[in-house]
Amino acid sequence: MLYRRIFIEKASTTWMVLSISIILVLPLLIGIGLYVKANPLFEYMSLGDLICSSTWLPNEKEFGFLPFILGSLHVTFIAFCLSAPVCLLSAIFLTQFSSKRFMYFMHPVIDILAGLPSVIYGVWGIIVIVPFISDYLAPLFGVKSSGYTILAGGIVLAVMCIPYILNMLIEVFNTVPAGLKEASLSLGATFWETVKHVVIKKGIPGIISAFGLGIAKAFGETMAVMMVVGNMVQTKFHLFDAGYPLPALIANNYGEMLSIPMYDSALMFSALLLFVIILLINLVFRYFIYRTKKYE
Amino acid sequence: MFSDISFTERRNMNKRKIIEEKLFRVLSAVATYSLIATLAFIIILIFIKGFHALSWDMVFKAPKGGYYYGGEGGVLNAIVGSLYISIGATLIATLIGVPAALFINVHLARYKRTQNTIRYIIDALWGVPSIVYGAFGFSLMLFLGMNASLLAGIITVALLITPIVVRTFDEVLCTIPKGLYEASMALGSTRSEISFKIIFKQGFPGFITALLLAFGRGIGDAASVLFTAGYTDLIPIHLDEPAATLPLAIFFQLSSPIPEVRERAYAAAVILTIIILIISLAARFLSKKYTKTNLK
Amino acid sequence: MYLLKEEMIAHDKTINIMKTDIDTESVLQIKNLNVHAGDHHILKNINLRIPKNKVIVLLGPSGCGKTTLLKCMNRLTDINKELEVSGHIYIENDDILNTSTNVPLIRQKMGLLGQRPYPLPMSIYKNVAYGIRLKGVRDKKMINYSVEKHLKEVGLWDEVKDRLHHSPGILSIGQQQRLCLARGLAVKPRIILADEPTSALDPISSKIIENLFRDLKLNYTIILVTHVLRQAVRLADNVVFMSNGEIIEQGSPQKLFKHPKSAKLKEYMVNGN
Repeated sequence: MLYRRIFIEKASTTWMVLSISIILVLPLLIGIGLYVKANPLFEYMSLGDLICSSTWLPNEKEFGFLPFILGSLHVTFIAFCLSAPVCLLSAIFLTQFSSKRFMYFMHPVIDILAGLPSVIYGVWGIIVIVPFISDYLAPLFGVKSSGYTILAGGIVLAVMCIPYILNMLIEVFNTVPAGLKEASLSLGATFWETVKHVVIKKGIPGIISAFGLGIAKAFGETMAVMMVVGNMVQTKFHLFDAGYPLPALIANNYGEMLSIPMYDSALMFSALLLFVIILLINLVFRYFIYRTKKYE
Repeated sequence: MFSDISFTERRNMNKRKIIEEKLFRVLSAVATYSLIATLAFIIILIFIKGFHALSWDMVFKAPKGGYYYGGEGGVLNAIVGSLYISIGATLIATLIGVPAALFINVHLARYKRTQNTIRYIIDALWGVPSIVYGAFGFSLMLFLGMNASLLAGIITVALLITPIVVRTFDEVLCTIPKGLYEASMALGSTRSEISFKIIFKQGFPGFITALLLAFGRGIGDAASVLFTAGYTDLIPIHLDEPAATLPLAIFFQLSSPIPEVRERAYAAAVILTIIILIISLAARFLSKKYTKTNLK
Repeated sequence: MYLLKEEMIAHDKTINIMKTDIDTESVLQIKNLNVHAGDHHILKNINLRIPKNKVIVLLGPSGCGKTTLLKCMNRLTDINKELEVSGHIYIENDDILNTSTNVPLIRQKMGLLGQRPYPLPMSIYKNVAYGIRLKGVRDKKMINYSVEKHLKEVGLWDEVKDRLHHSPGILSIGQQQRLCLARGLAVKPRIILADEPTSALDPISSKIIENLFRDLKLNYTIILVTHVLRQAVRLADNVVFMSNGEIIEQGSPQKLFKHPKSAKLKEYMVNGN
C-alpha cells in the first residue's frame, strides 16, 4: 500500500515537472528553432541590411524587410490610435459610472468580442469596412481607393484589440481602492475630477502596460489584417494605400516558400523577428505589472 | 471664504466643472454602447450573410469538385477537421497544462518568487502570436520529417493553447485558501494526492473554463494551422493526412470567384460564430456559478 | 510676502468669528434619516443634533451603521448605487440630501479621515494643495501659505518641509494619516468626520491624533466613529451609542458609561473591547 502510494507520488511528480519544463523551455525552443531555420539568411546578408533595406525581390535574393516592418507599424499605429481612447473611456464608464448590473451584462459582450476568431473579423472587414472606405470615405477625401488599405487593416485591428485592452484596464481600475476615491470626493472634487486626478493617475502604470500589451497583440495579428490590408510591398504611409504587414508576409507566401531558394529562411526570419519583438514587449510590460502588483 | 476668487468667477468655474463632467459621462457611455453596437453589428451581419447559405447539405456534405472551384457540397470536411484538431489539441494541452498548474500551486506553494516568475513567463508566452507558433510548428514538422497533416496541426495548436490552459486554471487555483493544503498535509496525504484529489476537485469549474477557452481559441485560430494542417476536400481518417479547418475554409473560399463557393465561406462563418458564442457564454456562466458557490 | 501673511491670518480670524456668529447651538441636524440597501434596513429613523465645537463620538458594535451614518453626512453614499437614502440632514439650513444641492461644495464643509490613510497619488505638497486648487485658487503664494499652515496645524511641517515634493509613500502610516487630516483641513471645513481614524495606527501615532483632536475642537466640530470604548471616554464631549441601525442612547460620557440605561450598552461595555 505504502509502496504503491510512493510510486504514484513519484510518477505524478515526474509528470508534473516534465510538463512544466516543456512549457518553460518552449519560448527558448521557438527562438532556437526559428533561428536555425533563418540562419542561411544571416550568412548571406547582415542583420542591419535585412531590417533597413527596402528592396524586396525574393527571386534575385534581395530580402529587405523594411516595407513589412513599416507596414506592421503603420497598421498597429492606426489600431492603437482608434482603440486606446475607446478602451479608456469605456473602462472608466464600466468601473466608475455604470451600475454593477450593467457590468454583468457587459462581461459576456467583452468575452464574445475577445473570443470571435480573427477570420470572422476579416469577413466583417471585407463586407463592411472595405466597401465603406472605397465608396464613401476615400471619395470624401477626393482619393480613389480599392478599399483594401492600411486604414481598413487598422480599423479591423482596433476592434480586435479593444476587448483585450479593455479587460486589462477594467482590472486596473478595479484595483484603485474605494477609500482613495472617497478621499478625493470628500475634498470637494466632482466625480469626473476624481477620475481624472486620482483614478487615472493611480492606474497609470497599469494603463501603460495594458496599452503596451495591446500594441504587442496588434503587431502579431495575422489573418484579419491580411484579408483587408491589400498586401502590396511599399514603404509610404498613406491611409488609403495598401500595405503589407510582417505577419501577412509569412501567411501569404507559405505556399511558394520551398520553391524559391532562401525564401523559407526569409519567412522564418520574419517569424523570428515577430517573435522577438512581441516577446520583448510582453516581458517588459508584464514586468511592469508584476512590480506594481508587488507594491500594492 | 477665499477672498481672491469672486462669486461670479466661482459660479463660472462650477458651470465649467459641470459641463466637463457631463461631457465625459456622455463620451464614455457612447464609447461603451458603441462596443455593444459593434458586436451586434458583426454577429447580425455574419448571421444574415450565412443563414440562407446554411442547409443540411452544407453541414453534412464535403465539397465536390475542388473547394475553390466546385460549387457543390458543403463544409463537413472543415467542421470535422476543426473538431479533430481542436479536441486533439485540447487533450494534449490538458495533459501538459493541468499538471503544470497543479505543480505551480501545490509543490511551489512556498516559493512565491518562483511561482511568480513562472507565471510571468507563461503570460509572456500567451502573448506570442499564433503565426509564430505556425512558423515554429512548420519548422518542427520539417525537422521531424512530417508533412502537413492532422498530427502536425494538433501539435501546433496544442502548443498555442497550453499557456491558456495553465494560466486560466492557475488563476482559479490561486483563490483556493492555503489552509486547505495545510489541513490535508496534516492528514498525511502526499502532495500528488492533494493535487489530484483535493485541489483539482476544488478547481474543477476553473478546469472546465480553461478547457472551453482553450478549445475556443484552438477552433478559431487560422494562422497556426495554415502551414501545418494543410487543406483538403476530404475528411481525414488517419493522423498523417492533411485536414481542413473552419477558419481556413472561410479564408480560402471567400476569395473564390464562384458565388456558391463564397456561400460556403459564409456558412462556415456562421457555424464558427455559433460555436464561439456557445463557448464564450458557457465559460462565463460557469465562472459566475463558481464564484457564487465559492462565496457562500 | 510678509504683509500678505499678516492679512491672511487676519482673514482666517474673521472667518472664525463669522462661524461663531452663524449658529450658536448645532451645526448639523439629522431628521428622520433612513437608509435601505435592497431589503436590508441599515439606518432606522435617525434623529440627531450635533452641537458646535464638540467631539461627538458614534459608538457601537461593528456593522451597526456608524460608518453609513457618517457617509450620509457628506453624501459619499452616492457612490454606492444600491443604497437608498431618505430624510434630511441640515447644515446651516441647507439640506445635504436635497438632490439640487451642490455636492462638492457641501463636501468641502466637511473633512473626512478614513480608517486607513489614503494619500492621493501625488506629492505631499500637492496632496494638501489638492482641495485648495479644486476651489479654484490658483495663486501660488496663497497655496504655499495654506499648505504650510495646515501642515503645521497637524504638526507635520517640521517632519516634511524638506521633502514636500516627494511621494507620501515615504511617510509612516501615522504621518500619512496626519497628512490626510491636513489635506482635509485645507479646504476649511466646519466639521471633521473621522471614521475610526486610529484603527490602523500604532499606539503612539494614535495618541498624536487624539491630542490633535483635542486642539482642533476649538475650531472645528469633530464627529468620531470608534469602537474603542476608552477612546470614547478620553475624547468625547458627547457619546451616541448605536446598535442595529438605531440610536440607543446618547449623552455625556460620564453619564452614559457610569449609568447605562439600556441592556445593549451594558452588554457592549462588558463584551466590546
